[in-house]
Amino acid sequence: MSTTTTKSHSTGSVPNRQSAAAPKKVTQARVVVSEWTKLRSLRSTGFSLLAAVVFILGLAVLVTSVTVAHWPPNNAREAAGFDPTSRSLAGIFLAQLAIGVLGVLLITGEYATGMIRATLAAVPARLPVLWAKVIVFAAVTLVVTVPSALAAFLLGQSILEGKNLQTALGDPGVLRAVLGAALYLTVVGLLGLGLGALLRNTAGAISALFGVLLVLPIIVRFLPSSWADPIDKYLPSTVGEGVMHVHTDPSALGPWAGFGLFCGYAAVVLLLAAVRLRRRDA
Amino acid sequence: MIEAFGLTKRYGTKTAVDDLTFTVRPGVVTGFLGPNGAGKSTTMRLILGLDAPTAGTVRVNGRAYRDHDSPLHEVGALLEARSIHTGRSAFNHLLALAQTAGIPRRRVDEVVDLVGLREVAKKRAGTFSLGMGQRLGIASALLGDPQTVILDEPVNGLDPDGIRWIRNLLQSLAAEGRTVFVSSHLMSEMAQTAEHLIVVGRGKLIADTSVEEFIARASGNRVRVRTTDPTALATVLTGPDVRVEATGGDALEVSGMSTDQVGIAAGAAGITLLELSHQQTSLEEAFMDLTRDAVEYHGTTSTTTQSTTEGGSALTTAGANR
Repeated sequence: MSTTTTKSHSTGSVPNRQSAAAPKKVTQARVVVSEWTKLRSLRSTGFSLLAAVVFILGLAVLVTSVTVAHWPPNNAREAAGFDPTSRSLAGIFLAQLAIGVLGVLLITGEYATGMIRATLAAVPARLPVLWAKVIVFAAVTLVVTVPSALAAFLLGQSILEGKNLQTALGDPGVLRAVLGAALYLTVVGLLGLGLGALLRNTAGAISALFGVLLVLPIIVRFLPSSWADPIDKYLPSTVGEGVMHVHTDPSALGPWAGFGLFCGYAAVVLLLAAVRLRRRDA
Repeated sequence: MIEAFGLTKRYGTKTAVDDLTFTVRPGVVTGFLGPNGAGKSTTMRLILGLDAPTAGTVRVNGRAYRDHDSPLHEVGALLEARSIHTGRSAFNHLLALAQTAGIPRRRVDEVVDLVGLREVAKKRAGTFSLGMGQRLGIASALLGDPQTVILDEPVNGLDPDGIRWIRNLLQSLAAEGRTVFVSSHLMSEMAQTAEHLIVVGRGKLIADTSVEEFIARASGNRVRVRTTDPTALATVLTGPDVRVEATGGDALEVSGMSTDQVGIAAGAAGITLLELSHQQTSLEEAFMDLTRDAVEYHGTTSTTTQSTTEGGSALTTAGANR
């Protein structure tokens, strides 16, 4: 308020404006910085990401070692359809639990503790908070999962080399599958974030996320195949995982088309969450 | 400056805030007083745009809270029930909030020192006592050096030393010309801290007055009188708004008359008085009287079913406030 204050101006116990600096606008960039601080300052972030890395690398070693130890398989069909890339990426399916939960907690943790009130009081436009969480979460997850997926692939292939089963990143579809694994995990987390923002409840959002990804495909399989096949083709889990497969099923959507649809599902959930965030009381 | 016009908030059938119109002026500490469930927290949430009003508007420093470019610089708020992630350290909590408005890190250190949390600033907020949590909330309210400060029940959980600290802080903030709006359900606390009072009960405005006036009005003309013949005295003490109550033994409590008027009436009737004194109602009693009146007013103007619903939903509000 005061424009004439100098450094010598002191108001005892009450802080004055020059130390708080001139008012600056709340911008999307500033909210991103804030969300980064929030994400890195929770222990659960480190634990979840560490768990994801351990799952990705650990299962790559385990699955490929077991494969090598039991090669060749008794079943000729298994040998024919062998996909060395997906063997080394088996850990993605376990890691999605850790990443998905992290995505959910990113927002439901705020509702559970009441932090959301402080957050939205600081950013009354509200939507920048959701977008900042999307940006920060996607960036952090990619930074962790891309190297992890590459490391799992290389580790797995070096083990598969024992029986000359390995493939290389340069082979058709392999690099796409490896990067696709990291992208898949990231979008699973974003879907969790969207469900968390929509439902505002940790248990509900985690159930919804893994209900859709893990349980729905099982239920669809109980339907007659004239129903099950066309439904399964568009299920989030099917279209999301497609990008990680080197050998694609000709009846399925193409890997990128499928992955695009998976992103579309996540985007729809995030948009619904944005509408709810904007319209409903905090 | 906070200006509310016809502010109303309904949750389902329960009206939490009912047509509140008031102005909180800069330069003084304004107390926001009411029993639990009176709608204080809801009103504060409406001021901060956390909840949207069903009807009416509220402006802070001339604008809706949402329309401020840098809200932390305009309004600092301590929200009820600790709005803090329990897994994050106090410092990082404040830093994250500060970053939304480009407030520098050294300012975070400053407010941490100001509220006396330096030693525990790196500890997780979940390990904090209620009093430390309140201090952290106050630190976040002061981050942007705001013109208007809104504190919901700031003395909750503070020790006497902390309460005195808050009182001094609020008064010095007001002395600097800031708007200070503090809620409490404790009248005695407000009497020592605030200069102006806005009293609510069941979501309605009951009083908008200076503390001095409130005390004067609340004390009213209450006279305690002891006499050898209370029955006879009771019959001569009549008049509009005069109420006589037997308080046991030879004592009566008279409201609506001064000590002089009681003495003169007794003298005229030839009744011997043993004691005649002005009764100072405690602030707490005065406040209870006021809010009880609000409840009675509801009871007489609404049907039985309605008052039952309201009684029932008072619990609901308490839940919603949490």
